[in-house]
Amino acid sequence: MEVKDANAALLSNYEVFQLLTDLKEQRKESGKNKHSSGQQNLNMIMYETMKYLSKTPCRHQSPEILREFLIAMKSHRLTKAEKLQLLNHRPMTAVEIQLMVEESEERLTEEQIEDLLQTVTSILPGDPEAEQKPE
Amino acid sequence: MFVLVEMVDTVRIPPWQFERKLNDSIAEELNKKLANKVVYNVGLCICLYDITKLEDAYVFPGDGASHTKVHFRYVVFHPFLDEILIGVIKGCSPDGVHVSLGFFDDILIPPESLQQPAKFDEAEQVWVWEYETEEGAHDLYMDTGEEIRFRVVDESFVDTSPTGPSSAEASTSSEEAPKKEAPYTLVGSISEPGLGLLSWWTSS
Repeated sequence: MEVKDANAALLSNYEVFQLLTDLKEQRKESGKNKHSSGQQNLNMIMYETMKYLSKTPCRHQSPEILREFLIAMKSHRLTKAEKLQLLNHRPMTAVEIQLMVEESEERLTEEQIEDLLQTVTSILPGDPEAEQKPE
Repeated sequence: MFVLVEMVDTVRIPPWQFERKLNDSIAEELNKKLANKVVYNVGLCICLYDITKLEDAYVFPGDGASHTKVHFRYVVFHPFLDEILIGVIKGCSPDGVHVSLGFFDDILIPPESLQQPAKFDEAEQVWVWEYETEEGAHDLYMDTGEEIRFRVVDESFVDTSPTGPSSAEASTSSEEAPKKEAPYTLVGSISEPGLGLLSWWTSS
């Protein structure tokens, strides 16, 4: 086996979650040999990864939301890795933004950080239960 | 957290599976070979993303199975350096705090990378952050099962392929069980504001 490119593309949590959900549907339909010993590894990793991802903000996302998010992020001049982290974690406080954006004190003013937080929380859907708390 | 890795491999399809569609057989074989396994210097393989190219399938003399060279892309767990991740504390030991992501368990946060000052409580076997405020020191415990946000600072790959018979003579003399080393480990850090247990930073 040969690895041609160990870093061909970065995947967001949503994309992996979608892929695993589709794969699970497909395997459910074909049904016969899911439980053979060879498939145990795939079953286990799929189950655990889906369990982890379903507790992250990616379960409320969709391709349209992702597109809207990336368009809105263009003006902030962030690197791909920073945008990916914002997408996967949906930070709600300035402290979290400072962790994910490198040298945020030098690159972003406080207003820009607020603006970024606003964009993130408005475009990316959060947990509907958590947001029903009275203000 | 996840990357797409392009790989090439030759897949062997035994004759009794010839009635199935080639793509399905190949996808199943690739997943059987790679899912939930660590590839050296690449990461933990999750599942097949797609097959980009199938070359001609050959049958070799003496073996009735077909061999197909496949170019494909695989979803691999391989966080980049300095990435922020959220995991669950599995336990604490004098080596540090052990964190798990469910599908990946070998994450360690060494004592030097904890929020300082930190001490290890021997009685409860748990690490504690001694947080100082004007009112005095609060002891914040890092209990098992708590969600924790950490930064990936280092990774290490260990080649766990079996060694040849030359080392067998040395090992048969001693009776120790072979040490199991994790093929892929991550080292994390929580020594920045915002990192650590999620409950420490949620504004109430």
